Amino acid sequence: MQFFLEVLIGGLLAGVMYSLVALGFVLIYKASGVFNFAQGSMVFFAALTVVGFAEMGVPFWAAVALALAAMAALAFFTERVVLRPLVNQPQIALFMATIGLSFLVEGTAQLVWGAQVHALDLGVADEPIEWILDKAGMSISKFDLMASGIAAALVAVLAVFFNKTRTGRALRAVADDHQAALAVGVSLQRIWVIVWMVAGFVALVTGLLWGARNGVQFSLTFLALKALPVLILGGFESIAGAIVGGLIVGASEKLAEVYVGPYVGGGIESWFPYVLALLFLLVRPEGLFGEKIIDRV
Amino acid sequence: MFYREAGQFKSTYAADQQLFPIRQDRIAMALLLALAFVGVPLASITPGIEGVIDFNYWYNGVIIPFLIFSLAALGLNILTGYAGQLSLGTGAFMAVGAFAAYNLMLRVPRMPILAAFVLAGVIAAAVGLVFGLPSLRIKGFYLAVATLAAQFFVVWALTKFGWFSNDSSSGVIAAQKIVIAGYAFDTPVKRYLLVLAIVAVMALAAKNLARSAIGRAWMAVRDMDVAAEVIGIPMMKAKLLAFAISSFYCGVAGALFAFAYLGNVEPQAFDLDLSFRILFMIIIGGVGSVLGSFLGAAFIVVLPILLDIAATGFERAAGIAVPAGLVSNLTLILFGALIVFFLAVEPLGLARLWQVAKEKLRLWPFPH
Amino acid sequence: MFRHFGRPVAALLGAAILAAAPWARAQSEQFIPMNGYWVGPYAAGGSGVFGGYIDYINMVNAKGGINGVKLTYEKCETEYNNARGVECYERSKKKGPTGASLVMPLSTGITYSLIDKGTEDHVPIVSIGYGRTDAADGRVFPWVFPLITTYWSQATAMLKFIGMKEGGGTEKLKGKKIVLVYHDSAYGKEPIPVLESQAKRFGYELHTIAVAHPGNEQQAQWLQVRQIRPDWVILWGWGVMNPTALKAAARIGFPRNKIVAVWWSGAEEDAIPAGDAAKGYYAAAFNVSGSNYPVVKEIEKTVYAKGKGEMEDRSRIGSIYYNRGVVFGIVATEAIRTAQAKYGKGKPMTGDQIRWGLEHLNIDEKRLKELGATNFMQPLKVSCSDHEGGGAVRFLQWDGKKWNTVTDWIAADRDVVRPMIEESAAKYAKEKGITPRDCSKEG
Repeated sequence: MQFFLEVLIGGLLAGVMYSLVALGFVLIYKASGVFNFAQGSMVFFAALTVVGFAEMGVPFWAAVALALAAMAALAFFTERVVLRPLVNQPQIALFMATIGLSFLVEGTAQLVWGAQVHALDLGVADEPIEWILDKAGMSISKFDLMASGIAAALVAVLAVFFNKTRTGRALRAVADDHQAALAVGVSLQRIWVIVWMVAGFVALVTGLLWGARNGVQFSLTFLALKALPVLILGGFESIAGAIVGGLIVGASEKLAEVYVGPYVGGGIESWFPYVLALLFLLVRPEGLFGEKIIDRV
Repeated sequence: MFYREAGQFKSTYAADQQLFPIRQDRIAMALLLALAFVGVPLASITPGIEGVIDFNYWYNGVIIPFLIFSLAALGLNILTGYAGQLSLGTGAFMAVGAFAAYNLMLRVPRMPILAAFVLAGVIAAAVGLVFGLPSLRIKGFYLAVATLAAQFFVVWALTKFGWFSNDSSSGVIAAQKIVIAGYAFDTPVKRYLLVLAIVAVMALAAKNLARSAIGRAWMAVRDMDVAAEVIGIPMMKAKLLAFAISSFYCGVAGALFAFAYLGNVEPQAFDLDLSFRILFMIIIGGVGSVLGSFLGAAFIVVLPILLDIAATGFERAAGIAVPAGLVSNLTLILFGALIVFFLAVEPLGLARLWQVAKEKLRLWPFPH
Repeated sequence: MFRHFGRPVAALLGAAILAAAPWARAQSEQFIPMNGYWVGPYAAGGSGVFGGYIDYINMVNAKGGINGVKLTYEKCETEYNNARGVECYERSKKKGPTGASLVMPLSTGITYSLIDKGTEDHVPIVSIGYGRTDAADGRVFPWVFPLITTYWSQATAMLKFIGMKEGGGTEKLKGKKIVLVYHDSAYGKEPIPVLESQAKRFGYELHTIAVAHPGNEQQAQWLQVRQIRPDWVILWGWGVMNPTALKAAARIGFPRNKIVAVWWSGAEEDAIPAGDAAKGYYAAAFNVSGSNYPVVKEIEKTVYAKGKGEMEDRSRIGSIYYNRGVVFGIVATEAIRTAQAKYGKGKPMTGDQIRWGLEHLNIDEKRLKELGATNFMQPLKVSCSDHEGGGAVRFLQWDGKKWNTVTDWIAADRDVVRPMIEESAAKYAKEKGITPRDCSKEG
């Protein structure tokens, strides 16, 4: 039982980390209907920029600020060069354009900062909290708890931003209906820049947390893989869905690996989340928080 | 001036519905096939040609993979482009084809290799059918989860269970030699002809399929499935057939990938990355277009190679030592920029560019 | 539309065709392809290894080449991708006056894809420390050289090392629990048959735990490790899986000095991202780290002092990957030198001749001293039937800053490994319809 709890809690905490990645996708999908393939590359680029500046001797917070500026520049660039020429084009063309963007970002990141891997220390060790280990015999990582705290704070900030600020409400208007938003005077281009900036900010936070966990290296771009089942389970348009989806995927894949894995040779983490999402979707095709679509002819 | 259909009258429905209704298209197609089947091989065996163009390189390194990827893209285009069902599991279906062909050759005595390819396609189709079942209930991007599950599950199963790779310690299969009726396809030019023949036949079949009843049913499902159902198109049959036929194409492509191209393959060669690359091909080439599958494969497979060759050639010609990695990164950036550029020029894919060019050509030289 | 693109596209095509055309045949040049990767997830490894390899080649050139034959090379980006790797191989195989001398793909997947092609084209495929283990049976695989040491050899050496750390020899393994945490792929599965057969022999208990690619989340795996409470963990990772494993081990409190890893988990790039969590961790190696060896000093003197050199970041000179590239360079050039000794000094060698050179490669302690590589790598003696040669590994320990060598060369258990290699190769020969060569008849 204790072991079960340990696996479950570890899985939930890992799930929060997946949610963070998924969050970036959700933001952009909500506002522009684009599945942003470049989100993983943005995570990599952001984290690498911070580490790159920090290793040049720039103080950490200044490095973070510089990375934020870089992400903002990327948002402007993306809107100008990628999104604007493709206004009103099919979604799949926009999706493909973000693939091109991901090559651009990856190439630029490695061109500027090199191919080396880097360590990143955020000052919180990824070690078990001792009193829980003593009292309950469970190892819960300090770092994971901190990461969950940051994720919660981030979601809270985003919620306030979306619900309480003028820009946030404009973002929601765009998400609901592009044309209606345009009609009431919301500037689509400004909104897109803002939303890509916010996604860049989320990418930066994600990159710092994951980078501190596994090192800042190219494989940060693989994180998109971890976000896919979360998105499919939670829906592409719901921040709450990303969080809940992440928790479900994290917990279930760990439990499956530990309790089912040994009987079939292990390594089932790769496909289990998808099968789970599949079974779930068979019952509820619109996803966890997606809106039920009623087809009309 | 040369490309217009004035004066070509159709007196039967059959004539009006043929694959290439315009005579110039038929001639161009025949010329292209003649060039591919006769011209290129003849050129490559011309004595003294080795000093000018290294044909074996172009066969092994560029043309054969291009044809095989085109076939896989064609398979995906049937499912995604014509029937509108998004798939991220192309690699898995190719893996099924490759491993099935290997096991058929290994375990069935005196198995003819072409029959093994066909059966491998059939087995891939069966697997595709199973993973296509959820499409009856799940739609749109959510459907990608079913094919993603296939992608990860198939590669995992092929790695995990030794039987599939005849208990090779590393899970790698060694494709058998291609021998048809005692004739060994052992040189690049022979392998090229074999692959070309298979791809040409299957591409024409796909083009034919697209205008048949089932092809039109697919497009109806793609454009609006509820409406399609209302007018009496059997949804289940249309969707499952799309999955089966698409997987058949991918399975054959996978078998060729192993037998005519790589030789020794590990399951990881068919990872999600491959599936994505094939998806890129159909998007950049043109969704719902046979020609687009080929153009897209050319863009994704051949263009980076050309860029790399040009870059190293430039590096050598300029005689400057550039820092390691600079060329590789610049090529990657350029490739990304080209994707964005071509999409901005024509969001519907390269095949659409071709169509536009054809329409311009019809009016040339008097556009007004 | 085509008016705008026609010209650049044509120019690109023209340049490509010209560049891919065979070279003008210059005499006394020997072409070595550098088909590696400088972008993508494994660029850190690729750029390091090929940096060392190219620098070594340039050093040999700076000292007059091999008996006057200048070595030429050309880089080709494979992106660690099978299709690109095959294309690079095809592009490179005809270059130079005698074609590609030998190809080192630095990717297990690409190596598999090149086995048939190298055999057909008579280009030796050299995979040092990776690739297909049973290709060490040169009778079945005449053109494939998994030189120096294979995964199976390494697994037996690891067991010896663990026995040593337990205060004796392999008899100390009895009753111990060993967990293999491996990358769930063809590569990661390689050691399982050896470890299983040895478990019966030495009486230890083996558990295997797979980590799905890419392995950036391993909580479930390491909780399982904690549940098993093993005495030792053998880590068979690649890329991001390595630092993640070390972090996860730290998280469950598993002592890092009870983890011993494969050499692809034992570079600076694998330990640094894990920070303090990597301290005390052991890894096998067939080359050491450090720039304090005469061969590396020589490269700095002849290449970098003249403002050339592949490594932009000079601090990476002497890293595990860089030195591994230097080992690649030594093997390649010594094979060419051996071939020249038989087929004519000062002439470019063909693939067939270099294959002979590889099969008669004999880098003994004396030669190592001449090369300035004593203790840098092990002596190597290859033969027609044995395409491995050395088989020994050294173990390194990470002290938080660098890798320190903690053992001498530990030889593999050849009695165990060789029959397994022969059995597996025989099976391959049967599947492919290959008749193994008779090595007693080879010159």
